[in-house]
Parts: sequence; structure tokens; C-alpha cells
Amino acid sequence: MSAQVQTAQLKSGAAGAAVFAGSESRKYNYYEPKGRKATHYEDMTVDVQPDPERYLLQDWIISFGDGRPAYSKDSTAAKSSNWHKFRAIDQEWERTHYQRQSTICGMIQNVIDNGRKSGAASRFDKTWVKVLQDHLGAYKHAEFGLGTATMQAQRYGYTQMINNAVLTNSSYKLRFAQDLTLYLAELGIDIGATLDTAAGKKHWLEDPVWQGARKSVESIMGATDYLEQYFAINLVFEPLVGELFRSGFIMQLAAAQGDFITPAVVSAAEADYERNLANAVELFHILAHEPEHAAHNQGVFNGWLAEHGALALEAAKNLQPIWSQPRVKVSSFADALAAAKNRIKTITTEVGIRAPASLTA
Amino acid sequence: MTASLTLNKITAQKGIGITEAANRVADLGWTPSYVQEAMTFPTDYKISKVARDPMKQVLRSYFPMQEEKDNRVYGALDAALRGDMFRNVEPRWVEWMKLFLAIIPFPEISAARSMAMVGRLAPGEELRTGFTMQMVDEFRHSTIQMNLKKWYMENYIDPAGFDITEAAFGKCYATTIGRQFAEGFITGDAITSANVYLTVVAETAFTNTLFVAMPSEAARNGDYALPTVFLSVQSDESRHIGNGHSMLMSMINNPDNHLLLERDLKYAFWQNHAIVDAAIGTFIEYGTTNRDKNKESYAELWHRWIYEDYYRTYMLPLEKYGIKIHHDDVAEAWDRIVKKNYVHKVAQFFSVGWPVNFWRIEAQTEKDFEWFEHKYPGWYAEFGDYWKWYGKKSKPGETNILFDQENGYVYPHRCWSCMVPCLIREDIVCDEVDGKIYTYCSKQCAWTHKVAFAAEYEGRPTPAMGRFSGRREWEDCYHGWDLADAIKDLGFVRPDGKTLVPQPHLRFDDKEMWTLDHVRGHTLQSPLRLLRELSPADREKSLAEYRKGFKIRSFN
Repeated sequence: MSAQVQTAQLKSGAAGAAVFAGSESRKYNYYEPKGRKATHYEDMTVDVQPDPERYLLQDWIISFGDGRPAYSKDSTAAKSSNWHKFRAIDQEWERTHYQRQSTICGMIQNVIDNGRKSGAASRFDKTWVKVLQDHLGAYKHAEFGLGTATMQAQRYGYTQMINNAVLTNSSYKLRFAQDLTLYLAELGIDIGATLDTAAGKKHWLEDPVWQGARKSVESIMGATDYLEQYFAINLVFEPLVGELFRSGFIMQLAAAQGDFITPAVVSAAEADYERNLANAVELFHILAHEPEHAAHNQGVFNGWLAEHGALALEAAKNLQPIWSQPRVKVSSFADALAAAKNRIKTITTEVGIRAPASLTA
Repeated sequence: MTASLTLNKITAQKGIGITEAANRVADLGWTPSYVQEAMTFPTDYKISKVARDPMKQVLRSYFPMQEEKDNRVYGALDAALRGDMFRNVEPRWVEWMKLFLAIIPFPEISAARSMAMVGRLAPGEELRTGFTMQMVDEFRHSTIQMNLKKWYMENYIDPAGFDITEAAFGKCYATTIGRQFAEGFITGDAITSANVYLTVVAETAFTNTLFVAMPSEAARNGDYALPTVFLSVQSDESRHIGNGHSMLMSMINNPDNHLLLERDLKYAFWQNHAIVDAAIGTFIEYGTTNRDKNKESYAELWHRWIYEDYYRTYMLPLEKYGIKIHHDDVAEAWDRIVKKNYVHKVAQFFSVGWPVNFWRIEAQTEKDFEWFEHKYPGWYAEFGDYWKWYGKKSKPGETNILFDQENGYVYPHRCWSCMVPCLIREDIVCDEVDGKIYTYCSKQCAWTHKVAFAAEYEGRPTPAMGRFSGRREWEDCYHGWDLADAIKDLGFVRPDGKTLVPQPHLRFDDKEMWTLDHVRGHTLQSPLRLLRELSPADREKSLAEYRKGFKIRSFN
């Protein structure tokens, strides 16, 4: 006779507690990763916005009054045989987005706080303070306009990957517009009444120097094609006007005017743009080399480039007088514009389209 | 160092106040004069009053706050693994998360998209800051939920169903109601969808059952991850509720808007009830193993969150602006939950359809019966035998309960409006719209399709209002298909190519699991197609029979 040992039935909900069909299927298996393995970003993003041509069995089940479905390929003039190919180069999902945005907020706040504590603003060149008041104050509205344009554009894209890249673009732009607003307000506390924080908007709305930029931004805001908006912002306005002003003017001249704070605040936008640009170049490169629609798309992009390029170039040229305003002159508008033209030439080459000579020469 | 000295006192310097910061940020906007912003998302409403931003938050404080919330969430997920959460989690609960988490990321990201639709409507720029933060919040919610789902897939005993999640979302006969919910946020009249349906009703009322009540039940089942994620999500909702209310206040004083507001509040409340109560009621009542009689039932939770908290303190005060509130619909929703067994009938329907689901549903047992009878007197007489049949039919080799002839269940018609079937049989409505016959679960849902989603409302043109479209009856997609072929087409087969993803039990053993061979030989049919093929007289007869309901045969 032998004693019987009774073991309690295993009751665990943990992976590996039992082996059966499918018990090792621990990866999202409904899409093709871009690389050999799926990235975390891809798992968080791909196919969350459904597509009747993939898994949306019943098609879109509510339409607009005019019959448009919830999402349509017709929301842009560009065409693709595979809208799902694009992956954002910056691989952003919520956690990485908040980490980066929060780090930037902390960096800017530290620079401003420490600068103010050291009395930095009182040592800014007086002429420079007026430049910041009038022109950095005006420029913050351009950033806001581009932020609201991308906020609008993120509704229309045919895939989650496109829309989320546009959404983070919007988030960066709107944060930077607010960064500048609050920074100038804090400078105003230290500098006092000589810094008129309302002047920036007045210049944005009325100063001939800024009317080209405003017209360019409003043209982007008024566009109804979401990819035209995304294209015009990142491939045209940013290199010709945004970077021209941020890098070519503020960041190069500020130190010479005794200002170490503003370049740090503005530097965040330069880094934001590198990411937004990488995403945009990737998307438009894919579309410009589309197996079925490359020629069509290049034609569309050339049209956008011509239209928005002309506006942005005029906007850039209108800004020229600003370079004469700082007391200490360390760089010229001509150099800055040449760099901007070189930049757009590089970008369009990367995308695979040709910028017209007027934009690059 | 004196006791009163703090780091804050050393480092603090004069700054700008919250209100001033919010005002300056709101002043970033301007009225374009060179090129007007295109109003690509139309509305039939008139909005003239500047909407106020009640939260007065700026992105400088928003991003660090959200990062801190994220750190807590992800830290808690790590801690749950270190604490071996899945060893003690209840599989009955986690299985339902395959459905819930397949649905919810799309409604969330749809809410982000819808901020574009309201962003250009409100005069002034103040509220646009609020919409901006909501847009980023919803991006947070969608991807944090995808992350939670991946985490379950990697750590729970049966990952099948999580691994196909977004494909399953697009195809399943149950997720169709979630698609109706999400598409309601992003299509049609911009105010109807992005303001009234999304923020004024879904977020203000029903996220309380979604994101507060349901996490409590998760914790009772050993799942600490869901409460961690969803209570963090819910903490963003107060901002959204504020946005919705502020936008509503910018329209409500214009009497021209009242007719449309009454229409939209009625549509949005009823459809949120029909969809959210169906899904969340089922998860809470049937996904749990906790049968503590002292805890609130879904009906009691509904009374607290929807009736007391929302109806009495949010909806009723709108009457002072001259808005007619649909008291009768609120009362009817309550009756459907407590008297007409709406949630129980939905759970029964989900379980009947298990072969075309993508998660496991186990039978309710004697312990469950006792709790249900305690909370819903009369429950056992109507549903007890059904769940006994379900348990018996859970063994491979039995006829699957969807086609079982023994138990007496009659497959329901689908509601063309809310997409939940017409489960309260006596309330089915059959009506004609543009010359076609449709079925609805209730007179409210019939009204939604026929009256609300139309080009004209009470004599007033409503060109911006949405329209129902697509192949709205799921069953029609597989009419005439063999069940096994439909399951293959759905993709609800495990990697071995034969075992089904869904199972009517929690037995994690190949010998107990159903395969395609077990379900072959049954033909799916569309109830609506069959009804339309009948002559008018036979159709009436069929509907009269349907309204009588069915009787589950005695199990013993």
C-alpha cells in the first residue's frame, strides 16, 4: 500500500502556467513591421484607425451629410497604393511624447528662472529688448497658426501613423507658441513697462515686415488638403521662414546682445523641427516614390512647393529689415537667407522633388 | 537654519499668475484677413458667444503633470509584475479585457481627431487651449491603452485574442457597437458629434461607469493594472467635461439652437445608454468572480453615476435655459436595466455568439446565480437554465450554443441604430426609411435613424447632420456562410490553424478546446435579410412572434 499524494490543481493566470494552442502567441500579428521586429511605437499605433481595405468588415458606418465617410483617401490630392507604409521616424507614442515635452518645459523653465535670478534681463541690450518685444512677439503667432493648422490636419489622414505624426507636430508648435508667450511675459516682469507685451501681436497684424509671414501662415491655415498643410509647414515655411528667423536671426544674434536666455528657449523649437521634418520627409519621400503614383504626387508636390514657396520666400524677404535692428550685428540677412535656400534645396532633394530656382538661387 | 525656511522660499521669484498666463495664451489667436480658415466640418448650430476655458491651464504645467501621472502608471505596472499579479488574477475577468481593450483605443483617438472639428467653431481662442490639451490627452489614452493590452498579451496565460486585437476590432460582431460609438465622435454635424455626443454625454456621464466603476471590479478580480491605467485616464476627463460644458454654454442662450440641442441630447443619451451599458454592464456583472452581496450591482452604479450624478445635477439644470430634457428616456433606460434585464440579455447574447468572438466566456455557476438573484430578483427564473445549458454545451463535440436546438434561445434581430441586437423582444420596432425595412431595439433608436439622422429636423434643414452608412448589420456580411468558414475569414483561429481563438470555457488544455471541425456544418444567416424577404403579412406575423419572446427549456 502506498500513500497517495494529492496535488492542488494549478490555478494561475500567468503566462506559461499551461501550454496549449496559441499560448505562446505574444506579439501583435496583424501588421507587417517596418523592420525585422515590430517597435513599441508600431504596436501602439498601427491599425488603431481602421481601414475598410484591411479589417473594417462593415465599412465606415456613419457618413457626413454629403456622403463623405469618416476617413477618405480623397482628403488629399496625393495618392498612394499603400497608405499604411509610413512610420514616424521619431517613433512617438504617448509616453515618449510626454517625456520629451516635459523635459523641454523643465529645461526652458530652468533657463528662464536662473536667468531672471541673475538679473540677466537688465543686462540685455536695450535695442534688443525692443526686437524681442516686436519680432519674437510677432513670431509667436506664426507658431500658433501652424499649431492650429496641424491640429486641424490631424483629423484627416488615412492612417493612424500619419495622423499621430501630425498631432505631435501640432503639440510641439502649440507648446512653443506658449513658451514664447509666457517667456516674454516673464521678461516683462523684470524689465517693466519698457517691454510692451502687446506689441508683438500688433506687429503680427499690422507691421509690413510681418505681413508676408502672416499671409503665408493664413494660406496654410486656409488650405483644405491636410497633406498640403503638413507639406507647406515642414517643407516650405519652416526652412524658409521659421528656421530663418529662429536660427538665422535669434540664435545667432542674441548672445552678442547680452541675451543667453532667448536662444535656449528657441533652441527647443529647432529640435522639435528636426523631428517633425524627419517625419515629413519620410512621408513625402514615400509618396514621391510611390510605385503607382510617383509622377502624380511629384506634380502635386511641385504645385504646393510653387504656391507656398512663393509666399514663404516673399515672407522671408520681408523680414530683412529686422536684421538691421540689433545694435551689435554679427550675421547678415543675406547669409541667413542663403542658408535657408540651401536648406530647402537639401530637403526637396531628400524628398525626391526639385525646388524651383527661385527658391534655391 | 530657521524652521520656517524652505527651498521654495529661497528659489521663488515673482511670476505670472494662472489667469494672466491663460489670458496671454488665449491672445495668440487672431482673425485671418488674407485667407479665411476653411470650415471643413460643418454644423447647423449657431455659435456666437465666446467660449470660456474653465481649466485655465497652460502646456508648460500640463506636460510635466502628465509625465508624472505616466510615471505612476508605468511604475505600477512594473510593480504588478514583480508582485506576480497574474498568478492571482481571475481569467474570467482578463478574457473580457480582450473585447474591451480591442474597442476603446479607437474611440479615444477619435476623440483626439474630433478636437479639430470643434477647434475652429468657437469664437475666440480661449477654449482652443483646452481643446489642444484634450487632443493630446486622447492621444495619451489611445496609446496607453494599446500598451496595457500588449502588457496583458505578454503576461496573461492565454494571449490569443490580444494578439489579433485591432484586426478583431474591425471584424467582430460585438465590436461593431464600439465602432458606432467612436464614429459618432468624428462624423456628421461637428457640434452633434464632437461636443454633445462626445463631451456633453459620453465623457460627462458614461466615462464614470467606464473608467471608474469598471476599474473597481477589476481590482476585485486581482487586476491592479486596469485601475492604474484607467483612473489615470479618468483624471484627464474633468478637463474634457469642462471643455464640453463651456462649448455648450456658448450656444445654449441662442434659442435657434434649442431644437437641435434637444435632438442631440436625446440621441446621444439614448445611444450612449444602449452601447455603454451593454458593454460595461456585461463586463462588470459577468466578467467578475466576486459575488460580495454588499457591493453595488451595475444597476446601483448606474443609479449613482448616471441618474443622480449626471441626470439630476447636469441635465436637469439645462432646463433653466429653456431646453426640454427627455425625462422619459432616462426613466426608460433605467427600466431597461432594472426591469427588462437589458444587461443580462446582452451577456446572454455575447455568450450565444461565442464562436464568432475572440475571447473566452465561461458559464456562470451556482455561486453567480445566488448573487444575481439577490441583486436582480427573478433573474434565476429567466437566465438560470440558460447558463446551465451553456455550461453543458461548452464541451467540444456538443453542438455549439449558437446553433443548438435544445436550449430554446432564438437569435435576435440587430438594431440598425445602436447596433446592439433587439434583445428586449417586446420593444422591437420595424420601420421603413427611404423605402427599406429596418429593425430597431426601441422606439428611441428608430427615431434616431428615421428622424435625427436626416436632412431635415422638424421642418428645419439639417445638411450637416450625419447619415447611417456601411454594412450596418454584421450578420449580413456572412449570410449563407458556413460557420467554420466565417471564423476563418474573421481570423479567429489560433496559430495551429485549427483551434478557435474563442472558447466557451476557461480550460487551458488542448483536449478541451474547440477547433474548426467542431463548428463546421452550420450556416449563418441575416435576420434582417430574411425579414425583408417576407410578404408584409408574414413579416407582421414574424414580428408578433418575435415580440412574444422565447422560453429557455428546462435544463433538468
